[in-house]
Amino acid sequence: MTEAPVLPLHMQRDQFDPVDELGRTRDSGGITMVPSLFGGPPAYLVTRYEDVRAVLSDAEHFSNARTRSFETEDGPQFTEDELEQMRAGQMLAFDPPEHTRLRRMLTPEFTVRRMRRLEPRIVEIVESALDDMERAGKPVDLVSTFALPIPSLVICELLGVPYADRGEFQQRTGRLLDVSLPMKERIAVSRENRKYMARLVEGAKAAPGEDMLGMLIREHGDDLSNDELIGVASLLLIAGHETTSNMLGLGTLALLRHPDQLKRVRDEPDMVSPAVEELLRWISIVHSGVPRTTTTEVEIAGQTIPAGELVVLALPAANRDPSFIEDPERLDIGRGAPGHVAFGHGVHHCLGAPLARMEMHIAFPALLRRFPDLALAVPDDQVDFHTFNAIYGLRSLPVTW
Amino acid sequence: MKIAADRGTCIGAGMCVLTAPAVYDQDDDGIVELLVEDVPPQDAEAARQAVALCPSGALRVLED
Repeated sequence: MTEAPVLPLHMQRDQFDPVDELGRTRDSGGITMVPSLFGGPPAYLVTRYEDVRAVLSDAEHFSNARTRSFETEDGPQFTEDELEQMRAGQMLAFDPPEHTRLRRMLTPEFTVRRMRRLEPRIVEIVESALDDMERAGKPVDLVSTFALPIPSLVICELLGVPYADRGEFQQRTGRLLDVSLPMKERIAVSRENRKYMARLVEGAKAAPGEDMLGMLIREHGDDLSNDELIGVASLLLIAGHETTSNMLGLGTLALLRHPDQLKRVRDEPDMVSPAVEELLRWISIVHSGVPRTTTTEVEIAGQTIPAGELVVLALPAANRDPSFIEDPERLDIGRGAPGHVAFGHGVHHCLGAPLARMEMHIAFPALLRRFPDLALAVPDDQVDFHTFNAIYGLRSLPVTW
Repeated sequence: MKIAADRGTCIGAGMCVLTAPAVYDQDDDGIVELLVEDVPPQDAEAARQAVALCPSGALRVLED
C-alpha cells in the first residue's frame, strides 16, 4: 500500500500565503531541516531573502550538478549512463562552465529586443483566446481557455513544436510536476517526454525551420549532441507553458480578490509593469527551484552545513521577508517590487523571464478590458488550488462576466 | 558615475535593459553593452538599481 504523500514544508501554503511555520522559521533561525523530499535525503531549508540570494549567487559552493535529489529509499533510480543521458542539455542540472556553454546558445533568443519583436504575435494570440472565451459563453474555465493556451501556443511557435500535439505533452507535463505521484511514475513520464522530443529533433534535423529548434541545429548542430538537443528542447517546452500559465490563472484570481488594484491594471497602462512584478513576488509560483548540493562546508544564517548536503530555498518565504520589503503580506501593485526572487537569482535566473513578463504584460490588461465585469463563477472558498504541484497553480478557475 | 560591465560573467537575463534602458543594451548574443561612458545624473538611480538587480553580478559601480 502506498502512503498518502506529505507536502514538504516549503511547498505548504494557505491559499496565496506561505504557511505560518515558514514565516516563523524565516523570522527566527532562518533555516530548518526538512526531513525528506518525497523519499529523498533530508535537506536544509533556507528562508530569508538575503540568504536565498546568497545561495543563488554562489554556484561554486552550491551546486546544481551534484544533486542528490534523485536518490530514493529504494536506492539509485538510474544507471550512471542513464543519468548522464537525462541530464544532457538540461541547463538547470549543470554548473558553470558547462551551464554557461548551453545558456549562451539560447540567450540571443530571449533578449529584450527579441521579445519586443514577438509582441504583435502575442497580442494576436491573446486576442484570439479572448474571442474563444466570448464564443464559448459564460461561465468558462479561465485556466483551460486563457491561462494555459496562451503561453502554450507561444512556446510551441517559438520552439517549433506542433501545437496539435499539446494534448499529450500538456498531460505529460502535468504528471511530471505532480509531486503526489510516485517518483517512479514521474521518471517514466520523463522518459516518454524525451522520446517525443527525440522524434521532433530528428524531424528538425532533416529540415530545420525558422524556429528555435531549427536555429540550434543550424548554428550549434556541431557542438550539441542529440541528447543535448532533446534536453534543451524538453526543458524549454515544460518551462514555457507550465509557469506563465500558472501566473496568469493565479494572478487573475489575486486581482479579482483585490478589485481596486484590478481596476488600476485595467485602466492605467503605466500600472501594468509594476503590477506584474508585484504579482510575481506575492504569488511566487516556484516553491523552491532546483535543490542545491553543498560542495564544501558552508555557513548560512549562522549555521554550519557540511559538504554534500542538500539545500532547498523557500522562494515564497524569501519574497515575503520583511527585511526585503515593507508590509510583505500585502499585495500592492503600486510598489513594483524590484529585486524579488520569483525568477531566481544568479546564473540560473529564469532564461524565459523576458518572455513571461511580455506575455503577462499583454494578457492581464487585455483580459480585464475585454471583460470589465469579470468575476468568479464559484464561491471564493471553492477555488481549486493545485497544491501537489512542483509549480503552484490552479486546477481550474471558473469565471463569468 | 561610471559603470563596469563584465561581459564574460553576463548571462543575458536582460534585467539591466528593462531597468535602465538609457544606460544598458544587449548585443545580438544577449550580452550586456554599455550605451554611455558617463551615466548622466538623471539615469544614475536606475543604473544603480540595475547593478543591484543583475542576477549574475556582472555589473559594478566604478565611481560616483
